[in-house]
Amino acid sequence: METYSLLRAFADSWYLLFMTLFFVGIIAWAWRPGSREVQSEAARSIFRNDDTPARDGASGPAQHLSEGAR
Amino acid sequence: MWDYVKLIVLAVVAVLAAIAASHARDLAYLVHMIIFMSAAAIAFLWQIRHMEEAVHNQNEYMDGVVRYGVVATAFWGVVGFLVGVVIAFQLAFPSLNLEVLQGFGNFGRLRPLHTSAVIFAFGGNALLASAFYVVQRTTAARLFGGGLAWFVFWGYQVFILMAATGYLLGSTQGQEYAEPEWLTDLWLTIVWVAFLIIYLGTLIKRKEPHIYVANWFYLSFIVTIAMLHVVNNLQIPVSFFGSDSVPVWSGVQSAMVQWWYGHNAVGFFLTAGFLGMMYYFIPKQAERPVYSYKLSIIHFWALIFLYIWAGPHHLHYTALPDWAQTLGMTFSIMLWMPSWGGMINGLMTLSGAWDKLRTDPVIRMMVVAVGFYGMATFEGPMMSIRAVNSLSHYTDWTIGHVHSGALGWNGMITFGMLYYLTPRLWKRERLYSLSLVSWHFWLATIGIVLYAASMWVTGIMEGLMWRQVDAQGFLVNSFADTVGAKFPMYVVRGLGGTMFLVGALIMCYNLWMTVRKVGEAKPAAAAAAVAAE
Repeated sequence: METYSLLRAFADSWYLLFMTLFFVGIIAWAWRPGSREVQSEAARSIFRNDDTPARDGASGPAQHLSEGAR
Repeated sequence: MWDYVKLIVLAVVAVLAAIAASHARDLAYLVHMIIFMSAAAIAFLWQIRHMEEAVHNQNEYMDGVVRYGVVATAFWGVVGFLVGVVIAFQLAFPSLNLEVLQGFGNFGRLRPLHTSAVIFAFGGNALLASAFYVVQRTTAARLFGGGLAWFVFWGYQVFILMAATGYLLGSTQGQEYAEPEWLTDLWLTIVWVAFLIIYLGTLIKRKEPHIYVANWFYLSFIVTIAMLHVVNNLQIPVSFFGSDSVPVWSGVQSAMVQWWYGHNAVGFFLTAGFLGMMYYFIPKQAERPVYSYKLSIIHFWALIFLYIWAGPHHLHYTALPDWAQTLGMTFSIMLWMPSWGGMINGLMTLSGAWDKLRTDPVIRMMVVAVGFYGMATFEGPMMSIRAVNSLSHYTDWTIGHVHSGALGWNGMITFGMLYYLTPRLWKRERLYSLSLVSWHFWLATIGIVLYAASMWVTGIMEGLMWRQVDAQGFLVNSFADTVGAKFPMYVVRGLGGTMFLVGALIMCYNLWMTVRKVGEAKPAAAAAAVAAE
């Protein structure tokens, strides 16, 4: 089979299937149970570390996470 | 030790560039080699005066390069808008193609200078500066790679100079938004790979567990532009000492690769990268987290899955196979949904804080930018429909569409970013004048409205005149008839552009005075210490 037909057949069969499943998988992943807390934590992450980088152990994100959980 | 390696490399580059300049077969190549030689010589002199001085304190952000990026963005913005105004009036009054400037300053030479100056110089510097700022704040880590960020910044300015001088001297591949010749293309590839390394390196050493969504957009912008740039610029140089080259692609393949590149330059340079800005600066300026983080994830993946297929809509009714045209059109229409999802996400970030629109002209600018994003991403899919395209293609409607996106969305969000960054980067307590920001806002907004409205009128008129036939089936209008009929709208467009330019000049004055005249912001810790005493 010539290259064009081969690629064409692959593109509108297996690769199309792969991309569709990948995309559906991402949507399912975004809506997975328990994602809300992680996502709202990520959305608020821009409001810290404005002036200096995080120092190791000083006020890491883990602390913020536990604050959120409390 | 490393500094000595740099010195040797710079010296070798300067000497090689001088040798190549002496062998130059055309003026553009000669100028480019002189630029290379000068840049390497200046960098050599700078380096030799600053040996072993570089300190990269991991407990501080690398903001110097961002400050330079802010200045470069404002400077190239004004240059790009000015050239735009000049060519707008050249179209209205052809005698402005002055006889003494023929071959350098006529419309054909200045037009790519304008498009590249606003997209790659203004937009590119805005993306570089904001990417370096945002990736540090969202990862809570200093930029990776030490001084490599400086190489990216200055290397990118050298690319801009090479592209700009090349256009004026007629060195071009003739591919829209990909005009620079092989030498400039190779240089940009090197700079871009360094940019990618810095970005990835900073993400890898991040101190935040989650990679904030703005970084996803920035990263997709960097990676995709690298891919597009390399594939569309596969050219074989005629000589190592000349700027001419021969394309690898030919015929309809060449056209398809060009518009796959061209549309994704819009999709990933002017959309994905700037959405990265939107997802950081709008929540920061509004002091509220983004409306829906879930929606931002869907927005990102849907956008990058769909955009890459939309290119063929630039080639309706051409030799491109019908199925490819239909594919491009279908994906363009589907693209409407994630685009508006993103728009809603940006706008709704203000829910509960809408009063800020009244008091804060900077957030007003950002919100209008998102509004124009929504408008342009509705207009685009509509124009990609083949039947609509048969009216709109080759007319000034397209130019109006591009400018409502570029001036409205890219321009306004960049202005908002500059107003946000300047006081923070220079540690000023506020902007010099909010009323000047309001002046800028209204001049720019009314300027865009004049521009877009006149181009709608003239574009649709032109399209209708081209297809008008009389009772016998003969075309009624000649091309020159349409040109004559467009004159008033061309003047209005020029005025709109002038207003936009004046607004940008006001911004530059305001930012300059912010750095010069406004008092220093007190660091939070020092203020607290004073209070404690």
